[in-house]
Amino acid sequence: MSLVEIRDLQMHFPLGGIGGTLARLRGQAEPVLRAVDSVSFDVEAGETLGLVGESGCGKSTVARCLVRLLKPTAGSVRYAGKQIATLDAQAMRPFRRDIQMVFQDPTASLNPRLSVRSMVEEALTLHTKFDAKERRARVEELMHEVGLGRDLLDSYPHELSGGQRQRVNIARAIATNPRFVVLDEPTSALDVSLRSRAILLLEKLREHLGLSYLFISHDLATVKYLASRVAVMYLGSIVELSDTRDLFAKPLHPYTRALLAAVPVPDPDARRDDFTLAGEIPSPIDVETGCRLRGRCPLAKPICAEKPPLKEIAPGRFVACHLVAELSS
Amino acid sequence: MSSSLSVSSSTSKPVASSLVWQRLQRNPVSFAALCVIVLIAAAAILAPIVAPYAPDATDPAASLQPPSWQHPLGTDEFGRDQLSRIIFAARVDLLVAFAATLIAVTIGGLLGAVVGYSRGWADTLAMRVVDALMAFPAFVLAMGITAGLGNSITNVAIAISITQIPAYLRLTRGEMLRLREMEYADAARTLGNPTWRIVLIHLLPNCLPPLIVQATLSTGFALLTMASLSFIGLGIQPPQSEWGVMTAEGASQIVTGEWWLFVFPGLAIMVSVLAFNLIGDGLRDLLDPRMRGLR
Repeated sequence: MSLVEIRDLQMHFPLGGIGGTLARLRGQAEPVLRAVDSVSFDVEAGETLGLVGESGCGKSTVARCLVRLLKPTAGSVRYAGKQIATLDAQAMRPFRRDIQMVFQDPTASLNPRLSVRSMVEEALTLHTKFDAKERRARVEELMHEVGLGRDLLDSYPHELSGGQRQRVNIARAIATNPRFVVLDEPTSALDVSLRSRAILLLEKLREHLGLSYLFISHDLATVKYLASRVAVMYLGSIVELSDTRDLFAKPLHPYTRALLAAVPVPDPDARRDDFTLAGEIPSPIDVETGCRLRGRCPLAKPICAEKPPLKEIAPGRFVACHLVAELSS
Repeated sequence: MSSSLSVSSSTSKPVASSLVWQRLQRNPVSFAALCVIVLIAAAAILAPIVAPYAPDATDPAASLQPPSWQHPLGTDEFGRDQLSRIIFAARVDLLVAFAATLIAVTIGGLLGAVVGYSRGWADTLAMRVVDALMAFPAFVLAMGITAGLGNSITNVAIAISITQIPAYLRLTRGEMLRLREMEYADAARTLGNPTWRIVLIHLLPNCLPPLIVQATLSTGFALLTMASLSFIGLGIQPPQSEWGVMTAEGASQIVTGEWWLFVFPGLAIMVSVLAFNLIGDGLRDLLDPRMRGLR
């Protein structure tokens, strides 16, 4: 049994406004934005699963469904075998201790009116029976763990640097010894110089504390370093899921190929895959049937009008493309 | 940002508030206004000591005297000392203004926070009630409520606070709608905070700056409303000295030329309302979100 199992996760946002009301009056389905459409994957204990894709493809929405900031429209999210997709806030509370999240913007995710101490301590107050002294000791231990001085405990977020803020976020997320942490682009708001340090810290913590990560990013280099497996998302669906090494060595899905081909290589003589897609990412409101990449894919064939299932074409290697057999040969 | 960089890491809250203090000093008009209010409040608290006479001590021999060294602001038809009466009246006026504001901020702020956070039908209902209350001119509403409740000091304070609750409710609700979508609200939810903790501990403190500005501005307005109510006889009743009551009593003497009877209480009202407004304006500049980086 995997630590986290996601099956057919769907998150649709009603568009609201007069259009929705009119559609309801006519007895039609209300128009929705299909942010996440039928996503399935597992996260094993102790592993880092990378989730990549361009902005707006639904990565963060998947994350928000996982930590239940959103209630999925359909599908299941199992944590340690228990269904959490349908729990209400009250029933979800015991799971909060085990499932944590580090947010994208280290500044916006810290409350400007709370001190570092009170933010890190809060998780302990909510989920443990520690007394004040034990909490204090644990908070200091956590600060040490993420490489922050004890003297920063009484500071407020505006007094910290970006890197320090993200470390506070990380300390807060690991305070209760969670088993699964969702990292929603934890490094994208940081300077390049701080990025590598944050990544090393995350990797160190995973090894120390036996954490499992869902690492969301559009920075492929980071994912390549941190993740043992990678899922590639396009327009709300997973198009390829594979071992990191295999994926980067030989991307199979046309979208993955295009994504990797777009990464600049610091070598003018390097041979590069010239694979590019036509046009722009379409709107997730009127999604075409069949393969979602169909309109942009240079390899599209008539069969692409049917929705391609995510099928296992080699052990541990899943691709959602009708043409993969041809591509890989 | 540069100013916050120089701030040492260990002492934030005191530094932040002393920065506010420094900036207030740099805004001389608001600072002067603050001094005026402090002065009036001090005089009100120390009224028995600073007032030269008892407020209701009559002296038939000294009735309707113009300002003199004995009676700096003159006397009324019963020979009561105007200055002493104005000082004692400040007690009632400030107390009611502050109490009404405090009640309104507390109720409006909490209700606004709750409905803004929960949205849904409670929000819709609250906003329609607010719309209805705001459709009345505040003064007419206050008149109606005091007429209905009867005019004790407490009832006047309640009436005024009811007219002010909608403003706070709407303000806090609006802030809450914005704050509930902030990433730190999500972080608080992910951490497993119950809803009441998210609202009270995480979000409400972040609504405070605009609430403080609104409260300061409307303390002046509360004072004015009360004085007006008393002026038309629906607020504080004579012989209790109150600026509005005194202005009303003085107004009947305009034709006979005893100008000091309505000018001085009127001035007291004007100066304090103006002072509250100036402090409010100063605070608004100070707590402006665009200046947050400088805090």
